[in-house]
Amino acid sequence: MLYREAGQFKVSYQEDQQIFPIRQDRVGFIAILGFFFLVLPFLASEYWLQAILIPVLIFSLAAIGLNILTGYAGQLSLGSAAFMAVGAFGAYNFMLRVDGMPFLVALAIGGLCAALVGVAFGLPSLRIKGFYLAVATLAAQFFIVWALVKFPWFSNNSSSGVISAQQIEILGFAFDTPVSKYLLTLGIVAVLALAAKNLVRSTTGRSWMAVRDMDVAAEVIGIRPMFAKLSAFAVSSFYCGVAGALYAYAYLGTVEPEGFNLDLSFKILFMIIIGGVGSIMGSFLGAAFIVLLPIFLNVAMHSLFAGSMPAGLGSNLELIIFGGLIIFFLIVEPHGLARLWQIGKEKLRLWPFPH
Amino acid sequence: MGFFFEVLIGGLLSGVLYALVALGFVLIYKASGVFNFAQGAMVFFAALTFVGFQEVLPGWTGLDADSNVVFWLAFVLALAAMIVLGILTEKVVLRPLVNQPHITLFMATIGLTFLIEGIAQALWGANVRGLSLGIADEPVEWIMESADILVSKFDLFAATLAGALVASLALFFQYTKVGRALRAVADDHQAALSIGIPLQHIWAIVWAVAGFVALVAGLIWGARSGVQFALTFTALKALPVLILGGFTSVPGAIVGGLIIGASEKLAEVYIGPFVGGGIEGWFPYVLALGFLLIRPEGLFGERHIDRV
Repeated sequence: MLYREAGQFKVSYQEDQQIFPIRQDRVGFIAILGFFFLVLPFLASEYWLQAILIPVLIFSLAAIGLNILTGYAGQLSLGSAAFMAVGAFGAYNFMLRVDGMPFLVALAIGGLCAALVGVAFGLPSLRIKGFYLAVATLAAQFFIVWALVKFPWFSNNSSSGVISAQQIEILGFAFDTPVSKYLLTLGIVAVLALAAKNLVRSTTGRSWMAVRDMDVAAEVIGIRPMFAKLSAFAVSSFYCGVAGALYAYAYLGTVEPEGFNLDLSFKILFMIIIGGVGSIMGSFLGAAFIVLLPIFLNVAMHSLFAGSMPAGLGSNLELIIFGGLIIFFLIVEPHGLARLWQIGKEKLRLWPFPH
Repeated sequence: MGFFFEVLIGGLLSGVLYALVALGFVLIYKASGVFNFAQGAMVFFAALTFVGFQEVLPGWTGLDADSNVVFWLAFVLALAAMIVLGILTEKVVLRPLVNQPHITLFMATIGLTFLIEGIAQALWGANVRGLSLGIADEPVEWIMESADILVSKFDLFAATLAGALVASLALFFQYTKVGRALRAVADDHQAALSIGIPLQHIWAIVWAVAGFVALVAGLIWGARSGVQFALTFTALKALPVLILGGFTSVPGAIVGGLIIGASEKLAEVYIGPFVGGGIEGWFPYVLALGFLLIRPEGLFGERHIDRV
C-alpha cells in the first residue's frame, strides 16, 4: 500500500541515476541511518555496542571489501584476513612512529598499505583463474601472518607480535567509551559503504563486472583486464585494511597476527556468500548473520540445556549446527539474504493485491 | 652430502603423504567439479572412526584388542562409515546444489568441514589418540650401513602403501566398467549423461572412493603424528600440491606431492635459518605460485582455452 512508486516521475538523468530511485526507499534509508546514529546509542547497552554492533559494522566493511573483489570482479580470495592484518599493523606503526599522526590519516594509510600488498598478491590473477587463484591467495594469508610474527619491527618488538592499539583521538576528542567508538565506526563504515556503492555503479565497477562475467570478452570490448583486476585487488584490500585497523582500534584494542588467521578469512567469505555475492547490502546482512549466529547458538544452548551437558559437546554441537546451517542456507537460497530482501521488496510493491 | 640426501628423502616421503590427501581432492574435482575443502576433515573423521572402533570393538566382541581381527574389523567399519558419509554428502549436499556456481559448492564443502569435524568429535571425543599400524618408526639397517643415510621403515612402508593405492586406483579407472564411467563423467558431464551413465551414482561412488583414500591417508598420518584435530590441516598441505600438479591430474597429485614435500623440507633446512625459520607454512604456496606464473594450469592440468 505504502510502498508504491506510482506518480514518481524522473525528469532528469540525475534523478534517474539515484542510488534509491524510489522515494520510500530514500526515506526508509535515511530513517534507518538516523536510527543507528541518533537513537541506538541511547538504547543499546555497552555490551551490545562493544560486543555486537561494532564487530558487525567492522565485518561489514571487510565483507564489502571481499565482495568488491569476489562478487564484483570475480576473483575468489581466501586472504582477506591477512589484508586486515596489514591494515591494522600499518595503522599501528604509523601512529607509533610518526609524531602527532591524526588517527583518520593513519587509518587511511593503513588501508593504503593493505592496498599495496593486495596489488602485489593480486599480480598472479593476471595469469591464473578460479580455484588456482583462490589457493594462490592462501599464499598471502600464510606469508603475511608469518612475516608479522617473525619480524619484530612490525609489532615494535613485542613478544609473539601482540600489539596494543593506541588511544583514538581526533581533534583533541578522545574516543574511549563504547558509544563514541561505535559512532566513529558507524561514521567511517557509512562513508566507505556509500563510496563503494557508488564505485560499483561507476565505469570502474562496470569494468569489474565485465571481467567477472567473461574476461576475454571484456578485453575484446576494450576493457583492460590488468587494470580492472589490479584495481579491484587494490580497492578490496583497502577496505579490508581499514576494517582491520578498526578491528584493532575500535573493537579489540589488542591484536596479534595469529588472530588474523585463515578462519577469519573464511568467516568473511561466509558473510558474503550468506549475505549475497555482488551486493553491498548483502555484506551488511551477511556480517550481521555470521556475527550473531554463534552468540545466538551459545545463548540458546545454555538456556536449553543449562549445565546438563558435557562442556565438549556444546562446542561440537555449535560446529555441527553452524556447518549445517551454512549448507542449508546455500541449498535454500544460493543468492543469499540480499536476494530474500529483494524478493520481499517486490512482494511489498504489490501487496495487498495479487497482481 | 649424506645429510642433504637424508633431508631430501625425508621430504619425498612426507610428500607421499601430501600426495595421498591431494589425491582425494583430485578424484572429486575431476568427477564433479567440486573443490572439496572437506577432504582434510574426512581424513580426520576416517582416522578417528578407525581408532574409535578399535577401542570399542574388544568390549563388544570380547576379542583381544591387539588381534588382527579387530584391526581389520575396525578398518572395514571405518570404510563403511566413509562410504555412508560419501553417499550422504552426495544426496544431501550436492544433489540440491547441482548447477550452482563453483564458489557456492566450494562454500558448501567448507560448511561440510565444520559439520564433519563437529560430528567426529561429538562421536568419539576430542582426545589425542595413538594409532599403531604395527610398523616401527626406526631406520632401515641395510640402507644405513651401505649409504649412511637414515630412512625410516615406517616412511618406506607408507610410501609403498601409497604407491600401491595409486596403482590400484589407476587399474580401477582403466579396466573396470565403473572406472570407465568415472572417466567419462570427468571428461564431459553432458556427454556422459546422454549415453546413459547415471551421474548421481557416479558422484556417490567418487565420494566413497575419496573416503577410502581419506581413510588410508588418515591411518598413515595418524600413525605418524597421533589422531588429533591437527589432521584436518592436512588439507592445507595438499592445496599447493594441487595447484602445482593441476586439479584434474592424478599423476600431477603424486609428482606435485613429491616436489612440494622435498622442496619444503630442503627450504626449511637451507633457507629457513636465514629468515628466522618456520617457513614450511607458506613456502609451498609461494613455490606453487611462482610455478603457476609460468604454467597457469599446473604441471599436468588440462590446458584451458578461452573462447568468446
